[in-house]
Amino acid sequence: MSSGQVTKRVKYKTSVKDAGTPGRLSLVKERLLFRPNNPNSASKLDMQFKYITNHRYTKEGSNKAPMLNLTSNQGVSYIFEFERYEDLHICRDFVGRALAPPVEAPNLGASSQIPSEQPSRDDLLFRARLLQDSSELQKLHQQFVGGGVLTEAEFWATRKKLLEKDSNTKSKQRGGLKSSVLGESKPLIDGRTNRVTFNLTPEIVREIFSEKPAVHRAYLNFVPSKVTEKDFWTKYFRAEYLQRSKNIAAAIAEAAEDEELAIFLKPDDILANETRRKIRRVDPTLDMEADQGDDYSHLPDHGILRDGSKEVPEPGNELYQRTLLQDLNRHAAVVLQGTPIDEEQLKDTQTVAEALERSKQERSTASKDDDSMADKERLKGISQAMTIDDLRGSNDHHLAPLWIKDPRDYFDSQQASSFRTSMEATKGSMSSQEAYGLLRESISQIKSVGMNHPIVAPEVAQKVLSVLTHNISSTKYNLGKKPGESLLDSLPTSVRDELLHHHISIEELMKHFWSSYPITTKYLNTKVTKLKDEMSKMDSQLQKLKETVQPDIRHQITLLIRPMQQALEAAMQHYDAEQQKRASKAREKPNGYS
Amino acid sequence: MKFQIEEVTVYFPYDNIYPEQYTYMVELKRALDAKGHCLLEMPTGTGKTIALLSLITSYALAKTESPIKLIYCTRTVHEMEKTLAELKFLHNYQVKHLGAAAKMLAIGLSSRKNLCVNPKVSSAENRDSVDAACRKLTASWVRSMAAENPNQPTCEFYENYDRAAGGAVLPAGVYTLEDLRAFGKEKGWCPYFLARHMVQFANVVVYSYQYLLDPKVAGIISKEMQKESVVVFDEAHNIDNVCIEALSVSVRRQTLEGAIRNISRIENEIDRFKDIDAGRLRAEYNRLVEGLALRGDLSASDAWLANPALPDDILRQAVPGNIRRAEHFLHVLRRLVQYLKVKLDTDKVEKESPVSFVASINSDAGIDQKALKFCYDRLHSLLMTLEITDTDEFLHIQTICDFATLVGTYARGFSIIIEPFDERMPLIPDPVLQLCCHDASLAIKPVFDRFQSVVITSGTLSPIDLYPRLLNFHPVVSRSFKMSLTRDCICPMVLTRGSDQLPVSTKFDMRSDPGVVRNYGKLLVEMVSIVPDGIVCFFVSYSYMDGIINSWNESGILKDIMQHKLVFIETQDVVETTLALDNYRRACDCGRGAVFFSVARGKVAEGIDFDRHYGRLVIMFGVPFQYTESKILRARLEYLRDTFQIKEGDFLTFDALRQAAQCVGRVIRSKADYGMMIFADKRYSRHDKRSKLPGWILSHLRDANLNLSTDMALHIAREFLRKMAQPYEKTGSTTGRKTLLSQEDVEKLGGNGAQEMLY
Repeated sequence: MSSGQVTKRVKYKTSVKDAGTPGRLSLVKERLLFRPNNPNSASKLDMQFKYITNHRYTKEGSNKAPMLNLTSNQGVSYIFEFERYEDLHICRDFVGRALAPPVEAPNLGASSQIPSEQPSRDDLLFRARLLQDSSELQKLHQQFVGGGVLTEAEFWATRKKLLEKDSNTKSKQRGGLKSSVLGESKPLIDGRTNRVTFNLTPEIVREIFSEKPAVHRAYLNFVPSKVTEKDFWTKYFRAEYLQRSKNIAAAIAEAAEDEELAIFLKPDDILANETRRKIRRVDPTLDMEADQGDDYSHLPDHGILRDGSKEVPEPGNELYQRTLLQDLNRHAAVVLQGTPIDEEQLKDTQTVAEALERSKQERSTASKDDDSMADKERLKGISQAMTIDDLRGSNDHHLAPLWIKDPRDYFDSQQASSFRTSMEATKGSMSSQEAYGLLRESISQIKSVGMNHPIVAPEVAQKVLSVLTHNISSTKYNLGKKPGESLLDSLPTSVRDELLHHHISIEELMKHFWSSYPITTKYLNTKVTKLKDEMSKMDSQLQKLKETVQPDIRHQITLLIRPMQQALEAAMQHYDAEQQKRASKAREKPNGYS
Repeated sequence: MKFQIEEVTVYFPYDNIYPEQYTYMVELKRALDAKGHCLLEMPTGTGKTIALLSLITSYALAKTESPIKLIYCTRTVHEMEKTLAELKFLHNYQVKHLGAAAKMLAIGLSSRKNLCVNPKVSSAENRDSVDAACRKLTASWVRSMAAENPNQPTCEFYENYDRAAGGAVLPAGVYTLEDLRAFGKEKGWCPYFLARHMVQFANVVVYSYQYLLDPKVAGIISKEMQKESVVVFDEAHNIDNVCIEALSVSVRRQTLEGAIRNISRIENEIDRFKDIDAGRLRAEYNRLVEGLALRGDLSASDAWLANPALPDDILRQAVPGNIRRAEHFLHVLRRLVQYLKVKLDTDKVEKESPVSFVASINSDAGIDQKALKFCYDRLHSLLMTLEITDTDEFLHIQTICDFATLVGTYARGFSIIIEPFDERMPLIPDPVLQLCCHDASLAIKPVFDRFQSVVITSGTLSPIDLYPRLLNFHPVVSRSFKMSLTRDCICPMVLTRGSDQLPVSTKFDMRSDPGVVRNYGKLLVEMVSIVPDGIVCFFVSYSYMDGIINSWNESGILKDIMQHKLVFIETQDVVETTLALDNYRRACDCGRGAVFFSVARGKVAEGIDFDRHYGRLVIMFGVPFQYTESKILRARLEYLRDTFQIKEGDFLTFDALRQAAQCVGRVIRSKADYGMMIFADKRYSRHDKRSKLPGWILSHLRDANLNLSTDMALHIAREFLRKMAQPYEKTGSTTGRKTLLSQEDVEKLGGNGAQEMLY
């Protein structure tokens, strides 16, 4: 094997699955050449090693064909399939030598410790998107990678899961809608004049449009070509107002004069169509419509009409009657279905209307496809629901994983509400009179018997009391009053954000710090040193934060900061101890591993 | 599992069985052996249906020499679907273990509306127009016309079915309505007529009560069922109401106006026929003279609703002479409608017996009783002769003829009540003439007489001795089963006071009190925040529910409720309610949780299950008494008192409490399930009311839970939910009595051990 040139028979492929072009691969000092056996083939190759950034190969013993994969700095990969592993090894060593920086020969064992694998372009794009999506992540990235504490690869190495998981399920979970009815918010009625004011936000608009598709259609048709936006909404609320005041006669009169107003009062035909479509797919075990179709006792005028158990519907003008009950059902159905509009799209009426329209079209095309699927699912569900659970053996249910958008919010509110209930429980178990009675009893007891010995040492009691009251005095009134409210929310936003950011940064540092142990390479050593510097910086920052906040919240801040500082301290102690041990070891074995 | 009950090998599709299911089967088998009727009350959530199905099918398999047929009646179509789904499960099991010998044919039968696959016909709006649209394509004269004129549209599905004739059979299996439709579509045969044809050959037929109880429907569907059948009425606690409704007719102004239109249309048709085909009318006349009211061999597609009177009461005689001619018959009808119109024009409530009513018709309108009695048959014959296909247009005149036939046939057990307006809305004039049946035993009598065993079963048949009196039959077995529970998985509570310690009730003088409304609201607000998944609320009436929801909306209580759960409501519109229910279930499935507002005597309470996470709590707001001022109810109570010596108050309480029990009983499906029931009315704490609840609820109603206020109920609910979340021993072996039997246990029991174990 001359070190000057190597020539082997190979198949050249552009991807692993490719059948490949048979030919000869020649490796010269600074370049590689591929000549196909068929001289007419287009896949000739002649490139210099300096353009190649990375090489990979199949391990011997794996049942894959011996292959060498070279990646160029443009992200293009060249794959060569060899006839024998020996050929592969020769070429691999050649390439390895050619690619290696001239001085430091790469030690394969060590280099595998360094997460230095070059990301593909897709990866880079994806990372960029992740950073864009999450400002928290972006800040961290800036701080550590930008600040030179961590390398890009190190930063992402701890987030492999994030990369994987998200790339598998590209679609993000969408936040649900609030249950309460927004549009029902009461109009403001001015006491002096006859003016009625309705408030309208994009959120309400979204609700109105998705609950009343006819209004949505009218908006798309009329605004702004026929009426202005303001007029449109004025009419809409006029109609709503008439509806709500149950003044049917007035509503009919106005509708007769104004055809646009009439649209809002009429029953929604789009909804009616949708209803007809949906009823066909409803679970047959609750299909009451089918039931009506089978009921021959209730032919018109057969059966008993007024027997005291049945009720006659109130006669009224069908056309202009929409009840609260119907509205509530419709609202709940829309909330359940969810809306395709993200929060960012909630800007103004026009965008909301258009976004809704688009998603509706998408859905209508999609729904046609999954109709038959839904049918099957439904039938399966019925037969499953029919069986009696505990009479048969176990049946594994596949549960969807819990996905909590903001864990902090979730757990804090849980804690707060449990705190509240425990407060209530203690309050409820003893009335103040009873407590008073108990107190008096014990006092009289002490009076008669006398205090023989203190129950607790006075110093201890003093200390406990002071700590307790210190804690209570400020937090008692803020904490746990309402679910969803937490200690953090009571702090000023700037302080809170800073705290959270510190917390996340420290978490990140700790993750990297502890994962670097035991230190086996020089690389890890430098990393740890860098991390340690950063940690001490962070510590001083925390200290500063603690000193700068207003005195009234300082106590809470201290409480919150304490665990962070403890974590930092523990890490630094460990670092120091390790450093000492290492130094003493180094003295014993001067030629030891650095 | 497979076990012996005496000589019958029972195939039961689960690995374990509840002891009460086993005893239920033993009792049921006794009744079948005795070829007698039986009455069985078993708590909901103990797998009544599957026990019943597996015993009867196994019994049929064991007695091959005299095969019995199972006719299973449900109240609603969705219950039919549920039963068929269970039967399918059972059938698969039996075929797996017995092979081809266990194969059977089971079908569900419903109306054209639910079975039709012809897209043109099934798109029609309601049942009657679907029936008419079908008739327009399949009536015998339409088809003979189509043979000559190729442009005459017919239904290809029916034609294919007809062509296949004897070859058109369903292979063995269990067919739900959906399966029938799919099979029909695949073969190109009409599923409706195929199913009706196959009813004679099927081993199991599942259909609605009316197909047996209502003579109008039973006359065409069920007349050929053999005596060796076991008839089961499931969820039969309301069977008396179904029976009396089947024989009742009411006539309103719209009916009379429609009837007049119908008469003139018939008149025109008669004139037309006189011109083109006078022979046909003459032929009809001759047939009537010979004494045949109807041509004997009607093709299935021509059959219309049958005679409203019970089969034994229909006279097999010639139609009286004065209505044989079509014109004469029309005159009679005109006079009848005119007479009813005058009667309806009254401003006070009138009550009459059928006898005096018939007498006054005879004197005022000159129509005798016999002519009245034949009205239905005569009309049917005339419409056939005139080849009328749009039957949905002629419902009004049919109502009048049904009325005439019934009033002419029955002298006892009925009364005629004329009301100028609905008592609850005295300002709106809406006169109604009602012929109402009071005696539930009339309609069900032919069923008891015809079939060898009739099984009446439900979760609430208390007091169990009342039903044989109401329905006038003698059961050979009459039993009420208790529930053996592994843990206290139901938690009934009686809430008498609200959060402010003031009493709550829907008693007439209290129901509109804002304090009661607020207390009810507060109760629900508290409960939605602690109970997971689904909550169901029942109100005593639609109007009450509507009112209370509106005032909750105004006071912001509804908003508080919606912070925790979505709200769905039963409305008078069936389609909307169905969709609301579907959404409710999905909301429970996805974990969002929801509240369903419903009405105690409404369609939802009648047969929708809120088992498992679909209902962890039921709140019954108030006692669902009937509207006691109703004239019809009064008349019925009087009849019950005079004939059966049932006290008015007793009957009213019994009726209200069976409705309440029915509502709350819908939360439990199995012993692994759990749920709470709150009876929110102070009247439930009284012994005379409470004691009417079924035993399985009463046995779990602890004395401490009889008089609760909102905060106490809340505390109990929290404790209960916490307890239910713990893992538990399924078989109940720790408590001494087994609540779940394995194969081994059942074999050990042998013939009579079960008794000792349970009681």
